[in-house]
Amino acid sequence: MNIYFKPLKVVIHLLKIENLHAEAGGKEILKGIDLEIGDGRTCVLFGPNGSGKSTLLAAIMGLGHCKITKGRIIYDNTDITGMPIDERAKLGIGMMMQRPPNLVGVKLRALVNAVSDDADAVIKKADEFRMDGFLDRDINVGFSGGEIKRSELMQLTAQRPKFVLLDEPESGVDLESIGLVGKKVHELLCGGPQCNSPNNVSALVITHTGQILDHIGADDAYILVDGKIKCSGRPMGLLKDIRERGYRECIRCGMVKM
Amino acid sequence: MRNGKDVSASLKKKAAYGPDVNIDEFKVGTYAPERIGDLSDASDDVKERMANVGVVPCGASRSGTILFLDNGPSHVSRGSDDVEIMPIREAAKRYDLSEYLWKAVDPGKDKYTSKTYLEDSDGYFIRAKAGRHVKDPVQTCMIINRSRQMQNVHNIIIVEENASLEVITGCTTNKHVNESLHVGVSETFIKDGGSLTFTMIHNWGDATHVRPRSATILGKNAKFVNNYVLLKPVASVQSYPAAYLNGEGASAKYSSICLAHEGADIDFGSLVEMNAPGTSAEIVSRSITLGGRMITRGRLIGNAAGAKAHLECRSLVLKDGGLTLAIPELESSVADVEMTHEAAVGKIARDQVEYLMMRGLTEDEAVGMIVRGFLEGGINGLPDELKDEIDAAIGKANLGS
Repeated sequence: MNIYFKPLKVVIHLLKIENLHAEAGGKEILKGIDLEIGDGRTCVLFGPNGSGKSTLLAAIMGLGHCKITKGRIIYDNTDITGMPIDERAKLGIGMMMQRPPNLVGVKLRALVNAVSDDADAVIKKADEFRMDGFLDRDINVGFSGGEIKRSELMQLTAQRPKFVLLDEPESGVDLESIGLVGKKVHELLCGGPQCNSPNNVSALVITHTGQILDHIGADDAYILVDGKIKCSGRPMGLLKDIRERGYRECIRCGMVKM
Repeated sequence: MRNGKDVSASLKKKAAYGPDVNIDEFKVGTYAPERIGDLSDASDDVKERMANVGVVPCGASRSGTILFLDNGPSHVSRGSDDVEIMPIREAAKRYDLSEYLWKAVDPGKDKYTSKTYLEDSDGYFIRAKAGRHVKDPVQTCMIINRSRQMQNVHNIIIVEENASLEVITGCTTNKHVNESLHVGVSETFIKDGGSLTFTMIHNWGDATHVRPRSATILGKNAKFVNNYVLLKPVASVQSYPAAYLNGEGASAKYSSICLAHEGADIDFGSLVEMNAPGTSAEIVSRSITLGGRMITRGRLIGNAAGAKAHLECRSLVLKDGGLTLAIPELESSVADVEMTHEAAVGKIARDQVEYLMMRGLTEDEAVGMIVRGFLEGGINGLPDELKDEIDAAIGKANLGS
């Protein structure tokens, strides 16, 4: 008799979300989210408009417009549910916003200097982000869609997070810039152009088009609908299903036991 | 006596704006202060106070320096032949100043101008010679040296035809000086094609009342840039400098950054009269209320065709209890003018603070960075020393929630 021992899989959860409920604008948006993201893994979050994807990212980052009413967020074995934003950032959480605010009077150079231990090195590489002409401009003021993303990526590169929240990194980016944005997201996640970092950065990525998946290797994918995770699977498989059959059909077939 | 008119009746005349000050409570400061030959020989106190208002004690990178302690000149030096600098009492002996003295400011305007007129006050006289480009700035410094005193000065700046000049003026009180009053009448004349950048930095004691009375008359294609910086606590400031664009194509820009600390009563405005065709003006004011009273005025008057002007008044209210009042005014007497204004009063946007916190800055650091940007955005080409002063003021103001 052949006894097959399944090898014990040790999963270290960098992020663990338990029964998370949250409100935004006085309305319940997240209605009981359970989610685990393993150390070094890249997870993709799909879902129709208004399903709560950005609110989930805001809850993890601790942004004020999102009010957590129930549940917990554990990051690196620390309960961060009520923690101020900057303390989360110091623990290694970083975020690329879809539509960041204009910072009138705050120059990109000044922020990179304030954020990075090695700001000179990052500023020297501004041309890699095609941001060398933007260092002394007010952040996001008059920036195009692509410029906003490249500025966000340069700031995140200065910040060196361990876990990044990317809210539609490809949205508003022209075809010419998308390759550069993809490359820089890839480098951010694997610690540099050579991808030789011993510790990969973990990520939770919102994407509608899946374009960013041409540039980064994603491990897991989830579909968020009406404030709940309805589906999980392999990113490319789920994306294909959504493209061919739409969210509704995809959810019906792919309903998982969470 | 240079002054012939009888304006003594105006000694009781209150100013149109700002809290009234009883000038009889203040003794007129000495006209014969200690003379300082070399600025490096000044006392450490004086040196420190000068440095705080952007006046370089060594006088390097300056075309000249004139220092007033109380009501008299204490130091005059000059490093350029392109410009003349001397006390106005001396200038009045040397030149016929009748076409300048009290020609931009009416001595009977209020009690402060009247007092200065009747005192026949001293002050600085600066003349940039025709066609000369004065390379480095001229610096002037006004220090009130004793408590319960009034400093009266009467200044004249003349920028002759096609000359260009930059003046930095720092006004302050010496250490340990409490209640005091500063009255500064400044009359500026920029002739055809001339250009003047005038930067005034105020760093008074917290019990000082300040009543500048300034006016500038511009000729054809003349250009005037006026910057005003007030970051430190003060009892009260009421100032409403005016520019009269009397020559075709003349332009004026007034920029100001003010902090109204708790207990301060600040009423600051700028007025530009566009009296010739094709003139233009801009007024930009950035102010922050930290529990004090902050009134910002701006008045643009279009009296000639093709006049073009914009007024921008932005205020941040960072603490309760004070008052913020923005009064932008546009006035026109002819059809072909284009004048606009915008005013905004509010708090720092929360999403901007959170954006910076997301990058790891604490809330205080994030607010400080936004406030610094807000203030620095008020003046183009702000010198680094002033940026440091802004940082220091923000640091001390304890802006976190």
